[in-house]
Amino acid sequence: MSVPLKVIYNEESTKSIGNDLRKVAVQPIVNYSNISKSYGDLQVLRNIDLDIAPGEKVALIGPSGSGKTTLARLLMTLEEPTSGTIEVDGEMLWHQKTNGKLVKANEKHLHKVRGNIGMVFQHFNLFPHMTILRNVMEAPRNVLGLSKEEAMERAVTMLKQVGLANKIDVYPAQLSGGQKQRVAIARALVMRPKVMIFDEPTSALDPELVGEVLEVIKAIAAEGEMAMLLITHEMDFARDVADRILFFDQGRIIEQGPPKRIFNNPESERLQTFLSRFNRH
Amino acid sequence: MWFDILPSFWEGTKITIQLTLFSAVIAFFLAFLAGFGRLSKIKAIRFLAATYVEIFRGTSLFVQLFWIYFALPLLGIMLPKMLAGVLALSLNAGAYGSEIVRSTIISVPKGQTEAAIALNMTPWQRTWLVILPQALVMMLPAFGNLLIEMLKGTALVSLVTLADLTFVATVLNSSIMRPTEIFSVLLVIYFVISLPFTRGIRWIEHRLSGGRY
Amino acid sequence: MWSWDYTLLILPQILEALKITVSATFVAFAVALVGGLILTLARRSDFKPLSLFAQGFIEFVRSTPLLVQLYFIFYVLPEHGLSLSPFIAGVIGLGLHYSTYLSEVYRGGIESIPPGQWEAAKALNFTPLETWRKIILPQSIPPVIPVMGNYLITMFKETPVLSAITLVEIMQTAKMLGSHSFRYLEAFTIVGVLFLVLSYSSSLMVRRLEVRLNLR
Repeated sequence: MSVPLKVIYNEESTKSIGNDLRKVAVQPIVNYSNISKSYGDLQVLRNIDLDIAPGEKVALIGPSGSGKTTLARLLMTLEEPTSGTIEVDGEMLWHQKTNGKLVKANEKHLHKVRGNIGMVFQHFNLFPHMTILRNVMEAPRNVLGLSKEEAMERAVTMLKQVGLANKIDVYPAQLSGGQKQRVAIARALVMRPKVMIFDEPTSALDPELVGEVLEVIKAIAAEGEMAMLLITHEMDFARDVADRILFFDQGRIIEQGPPKRIFNNPESERLQTFLSRFNRH
Repeated sequence: MWFDILPSFWEGTKITIQLTLFSAVIAFFLAFLAGFGRLSKIKAIRFLAATYVEIFRGTSLFVQLFWIYFALPLLGIMLPKMLAGVLALSLNAGAYGSEIVRSTIISVPKGQTEAAIALNMTPWQRTWLVILPQALVMMLPAFGNLLIEMLKGTALVSLVTLADLTFVATVLNSSIMRPTEIFSVLLVIYFVISLPFTRGIRWIEHRLSGGRY
Repeated sequence: MWSWDYTLLILPQILEALKITVSATFVAFAVALVGGLILTLARRSDFKPLSLFAQGFIEFVRSTPLLVQLYFIFYVLPEHGLSLSPFIAGVIGLGLHYSTYLSEVYRGGIESIPPGQWEAAKALNFTPLETWRKIILPQSIPPVIPVMGNYLITMFKETPVLSAITLVEIMQTAKMLGSHSFRYLEAFTIVGVLFLVLSYSSSLMVRRLEVRLNLR
């Protein structure tokens, strides 16, 4: 049984940044409008409405299968919504206006809007047949159309920022998990997206390598300009970095609010149960 | 005693190698065409490619060769022996090759395509820059084997009297009747021709995956 | 151009010859099954000369045309005392040629058995023969049956090559009929369609077999 969203919304949580922005008419960078996703009979997302403000850091937490990854993948165009719309920086993502009618977007339109989104994957997905440098340079060169020199400069700067400037001629197979993920972050960051998705960035890492990746993500968050969608099980990290926490369960947003309130005063029973598994103090 | 029959084999060897190489080039091209065709989003293209592959894998090279050489003329298409041979060999090998292309492309992990999408690469860029290079390395051993099969397949053209190695041998045998030497030498020549192909493919494999995997 | 009357006229003869084709296929397959197993065991033998000989034999036979190997068996052996009928020479040639391919299949099946199985057999004091018979082979064979099935189909499609050493199977029958009447079109098309239909339906059966074995 799911708890209707409005019951959760009390004074404090309506102060979530998204709603504030509606009052001052700043356009959200991402808007999910009545988004649902099902795979055959299995419904993974149910009527999600969500706004993300420019530069806002949103953490998605919740049990596996709750739909948080699917929500992110819909934004990255890796999955198609069953119903509902998504807007990115004011423009519809999955739909386009042709001859005044709203139709499903073609590849050209998707390509245009997709350029605002970037993603870091749980399993890195680095290109094994390219060196680190080429992994990071390839998209700027071919997608953004930068010259070889410009692309290389940007790539090297990015790799320096994640602490891997000395490994540029190395292949992914020769790196540790933490190093691979840092390269993946550099590769996504170099495209300068307005929204960056981090899909459980440290879940596939050995425990001792988690810290180095989280440090890099924290540094990026501190820079401020880019909105971030963080799917994570690292609660301390979420508490440090996020402006807003969204708790997902069974395809719905059960509760949302600033980290302090969510972690210290969870309201819904399900969130309390979920958090108790993490032995928070 | 062995050496005096060798010169006659030279002309036959040239034909055999030419057949193999011409057919290999066309077959490679067909393999990619049909392989990608079977992966196309357009149903009609998938159907056409699948039909081509099923027909040429479902019948033997022998039958295909004879059909092209003997049956096509009755439909008005008369092809010279060399062309019939190359055509049959390429169509046959192209069908098998398309399976190699298709299965290696499918076996590249889905995450690679997703990463390419996340970087906003166009579908063409995803295939050309990310998927194909990885699939190619996996294709090589299988294509190497296919090349050897093609070399062996050329022997069949002797049955439509195209003057390849095997034809030369059988003609020679009927005139001087020394089957032991002739056919032994024939086997050895084929083996020797196949060696650079097998070694060559192994070398290319080695170079392309050096240090990365 | 195409005559249906003529087609119906020659069909019975071609189907009659199909019996030879099918029986040659199965006998050759049996030869390949046995030969392949022997080759695999020989390759794995600790006796170096045997292992090297098996490896060399496999590589040599796989790199040279079946047609030439058939000529060798049919024309060279009689010179040294062994004269074989086209059918026997054909199935031996076809069988030996494919035994090299099947030995690779056996090898794959055997190598996919976890080393733990060998170790357990040793710990339980099984003799080498018992280990093979009771533990290794029963586990390695079922997974490779579909692949073997595909080779059976391949060998079936290769049988026309036997016509080159004068075995009268369906291709040879078609050629003879064609040369009598100067009409090759119908004869070869029938043969082509027969091959297509039989091999396609067999491959569907093999695929179904594969599914059933995987569900086990």
